[in-house]
Amino acid sequence: MIPAAFEYHRPKDMAGVLAVLVEHGDEARVLAGGHSLIPMMKLRMADVPHLIDLQDVDGLSGITVDGGRIRIGAMTTQSDIIGHAALAEAAPIMREASLQIADPQVRYMGTVGGNVANGDPGNDMPGLMQCLDATFILVGPDGEREVQARDFYEAAYMTDREDDEVLVAVAFDAPSGGYAYEKQKRKIGDYATAAAAVLLVKDGDTCSSASIAMTNLSDTPVWSEAAGDALVGTSVDAAAIDAAVAAMLGDIDPTQDNRGPIEFKRHAAAMILRRAIARAWDRA
Amino acid sequence: MNKELSRQERADALGGMGCKRKRVEDARFTQGKGNYVDDIKLPGMLFGDFVRSPYAHARIKSINTDAAMALDGVVAVLTAADLAPLGLHWMPTLAGDKQMVLADGKVLFQGQEVAYVVAKDRYIAADAVELVEVEYEELEVIIDPFASLKSDVVLREDLVAEDGSLPDGAHGPRKHHNHIFTWEVGDKETTEQVIGEAEVVAEDMFYYHRTHPCPLETCGCVASMDKVNGKLTLYGTFQAPHAIRTVVSLISGIEEHNIRVISPDIGGGFGNKVGAYPGYVCSVVASIVTGVPVKWVEDRMENLMTTAFARDYWMKGKIAATKEGKITGLWCHTTADHGGFDACADPTKFPAGFMNICTGSYDIPVAYLAVDGVYTNKAPGGVSYRCSFRVTEAVYFIERMIEVLAIELNMDPAELRRINFIKKEQFPYQSALGWEYDSGDYHTAWDKALEAVDYKGLRAEQAQRVEDFKAGKTRSLMGIGLTFFTEIVGAGPVKNCDILGLGMFDSCEIRIHPTGSAIARLGTISQGQGHATTFAQILATEIGLPADSITIEEGDTDTAPYGLGTYGSRSTPVAGAATAMAGRKIRAKAQMIAAYLLEVHDDDVEFDVDRFVVKGAPEKFKTMKEIAFAAYNQAIPGIEPGLEAVSYYDPPNMTYPFGAYVCVMDIDVDTGVTDIRRFYALDDCGTRINPMIIEGQIHGGLTEALAVALGQEIAYDDMGNVKTGTLMDFFLPTAWEVPNYETDHTVTPSPHHPIGAKGVGESPHVGGVPCFSNAVNDAFKAFGLRHTHMPHDHWRIWQTANKLGLHG
Repeated sequence: MIPAAFEYHRPKDMAGVLAVLVEHGDEARVLAGGHSLIPMMKLRMADVPHLIDLQDVDGLSGITVDGGRIRIGAMTTQSDIIGHAALAEAAPIMREASLQIADPQVRYMGTVGGNVANGDPGNDMPGLMQCLDATFILVGPDGEREVQARDFYEAAYMTDREDDEVLVAVAFDAPSGGYAYEKQKRKIGDYATAAAAVLLVKDGDTCSSASIAMTNLSDTPVWSEAAGDALVGTSVDAAAIDAAVAAMLGDIDPTQDNRGPIEFKRHAAAMILRRAIARAWDRA
Repeated sequence: MNKELSRQERADALGGMGCKRKRVEDARFTQGKGNYVDDIKLPGMLFGDFVRSPYAHARIKSINTDAAMALDGVVAVLTAADLAPLGLHWMPTLAGDKQMVLADGKVLFQGQEVAYVVAKDRYIAADAVELVEVEYEELEVIIDPFASLKSDVVLREDLVAEDGSLPDGAHGPRKHHNHIFTWEVGDKETTEQVIGEAEVVAEDMFYYHRTHPCPLETCGCVASMDKVNGKLTLYGTFQAPHAIRTVVSLISGIEEHNIRVISPDIGGGFGNKVGAYPGYVCSVVASIVTGVPVKWVEDRMENLMTTAFARDYWMKGKIAATKEGKITGLWCHTTADHGGFDACADPTKFPAGFMNICTGSYDIPVAYLAVDGVYTNKAPGGVSYRCSFRVTEAVYFIERMIEVLAIELNMDPAELRRINFIKKEQFPYQSALGWEYDSGDYHTAWDKALEAVDYKGLRAEQAQRVEDFKAGKTRSLMGIGLTFFTEIVGAGPVKNCDILGLGMFDSCEIRIHPTGSAIARLGTISQGQGHATTFAQILATEIGLPADSITIEEGDTDTAPYGLGTYGSRSTPVAGAATAMAGRKIRAKAQMIAAYLLEVHDDDVEFDVDRFVVKGAPEKFKTMKEIAFAAYNQAIPGIEPGLEAVSYYDPPNMTYPFGAYVCVMDIDVDTGVTDIRRFYALDDCGTRINPMIIEGQIHGGLTEALAVALGQEIAYDDMGNVKTGTLMDFFLPTAWEVPNYETDHTVTPSPHHPIGAKGVGESPHVGGVPCFSNAVNDAFKAFGLRHTHMPHDHWRIWQTANKLGLHG
């Protein structure tokens, strides 16, 4: 549980960060809250000869709610999200999900940027970002570029981010309608056995828009377009929910681990989605 | 002159037995000022770290330490070849087996110690571990004990003679090369006859899964050999420092007076810190070789994967009864998975501990128990995790057996227990498997518990819930877990309890200072139990000096009297008794001094809370404080100066705490998530010394019971890889997962203990595990479930519901 020796860099600005990244390529990693990367280094599962601490870099934290657009800096902690009144008003699903991440001590350190950029399929924010159709803002030697959350994840710990890029912010439109983040876990602090992020818009008695994403049920987060489509145009009745669940089950690919066999995970995923849809529809 | 205090006021001022005295230890613990092994920093200290086997069963072809030795800051790399000339490459275990200190040609479990790196700091040591090159040849892995007994694969070649025959083990003949022992108790023939002719027989197999005690502080030590005076000081996380000193002396050949073992503050033990581990031996050798102190502290994964596990018992049972539910006989065969070495921590004559307490709280006329110990490719251990030796297994067995019998009889399990309890007038009670229960009043405790929870009301509510479930109105089921347990603690009488030949007495030495304060030293060692608080309370009552004026010191073998340490709830039953007895010796001498000072005959004074008074003239008295001073400044004819006493207490019997627990649980059938709505725990630990500490012990023990019952396990895959090696997967409950516990008590003192106390630290764990498990099983009883194995985590509960067809 002792990491291999590494060089510790603490640049004052993004130019300094990028300089180290450009020089060392995949031998360098940025450090945000450290709750994924540092345990991996201590287990010697991640070999990081150059660690770049982002905490002295200005402009990476903070939440802005500007009209209908929300931007959250990468170094914003989950605790910051939970405590931000305007964000809770504009996108209450962010607060509901953040309260289910790890435990209060971790949430004081854990950041949005780290959570989405690490590519850990167990993390809650990637699925949530896909559900919100968020945009990730990356900065590299060639400047800034944007990637949709739904296009960002390739495999476990593999993302669209280049080795010399830093994810600096996430941005998304304030969602309307009903929402729910439902998560089954074994204990406080655990990753999800199954989790579902659901956003539903109600028009009269009919669902006019639906977005559904699942967490820790594949090697990437799963935004199930088909599951959402199954609800759109319906009154979210039993048949529609069955169809949405069936569609979601077609999109996930869980593996067996200590949380249980595949059959159980598929069952749990179905239950969690049903509950999330019910709660979101109730709030819509 | 001050107003004369009443008798009660004087007693209250002492802070003696029965009061909720605040823990004196907490001032340092709550401020982070404890002094644990890893806080010990000695000049020039080096750090040790292990190269461990990634394989569960493999032959070692070669070990190359050149690259590690070449790393700057590495002082030494030890392998079995280096220890062999000293005879230290193997060490004796507490169970009469031997264990490799460093891999001698092969490894038998994942994480086994292969080489020991010594370096200038722990970072260099960790880097060097990576540089040691070990070439392995993988061998067939055996994880299942039943398969092990049929396998041609020989796990322990050292235990097979050259002609292929099997020499006897420490506990008699062995049936197979992977077999360790057979232990039989009771009357096999009569038991089998009774079962064969019984009106009703219930039968089942109960697996008590492998888990781990997991103290917050892992195991570690600092060995410091002073080559000038030849003295070895060994600081460590030892639950039995004196026994460790003797073992170190026997292993190393260093004379015992030249070894000083010190257990500093210990951050929880729960049995994990009873045994001797390769880390201790290697650190001692490294300090002897280098001449400087060497520290070794496990990390969490090493602790979970390699230091002593608990349980791993397959218990097959049969119970016979009349149609009316009167139990007529009990039969049990246990297959015990001990891993690669038999390192169980049990009294020598009890290779399966006190598993023969498995007749429980019931008057069972005849019984038979057999236990077969088996080698597999798992870590060694088999410690008593927050229980007396294998008592958790025994109580789980009988309390599940009773529930299965209740199903067979179609009888309420509370009533079935009631009609079979040992009656109050039957104590002292001789059990069919050889124990003499000291005291009990089970019916009173049971009635109190059932009334407190409105048992009938709960059953009615449960029946309604089942109806609602069947009608599709709810997807939640309700389980009512019942347990009535009898523990056997306080090991133990020297006539039948020893470890490595050391009798399991314990001790206390008291010195009263001239000004009326005192220090008492004991052979035990607190790991969080609050000994410094409670033992001072015993003494305050016994010798009439305030508890706040009495220092309790443990854990330094140079100063404390010899004792066998703290585990198995033995501190209060044994060392607590020694404390009371030593206090009474102090009081006896004080009586003579008082009589001299008051100018009356010894028999004419009597003890009165904090003083001796002249009988019939209470205004004539000498306080204990005055007597203490007189002991040091008066020349009293026929009495030596000073006021000191020592007592070595050999208990005449074990003590038998008991309790009645009820758990009410709601289960989400679709997700397998459990919600403990209510937990009621009535404990009878005899005389209660500090009710606050008792309550704390019960909360802690129940929480560890919840952990074990609902998810905590050391799981292996088929290749022998540990699947639960971190706290992400090894379940340690937090405040979030823990329900609100309701505690209650009755008081049935032990008739043979000087103050009537029985011990309490482990009761809640012993009683709690079957109670949580019974609640889960009970929830599904209406749908045909007889038994489902622990741990009852979400997926296993879901699987149970699924097999019963509850998912449509």
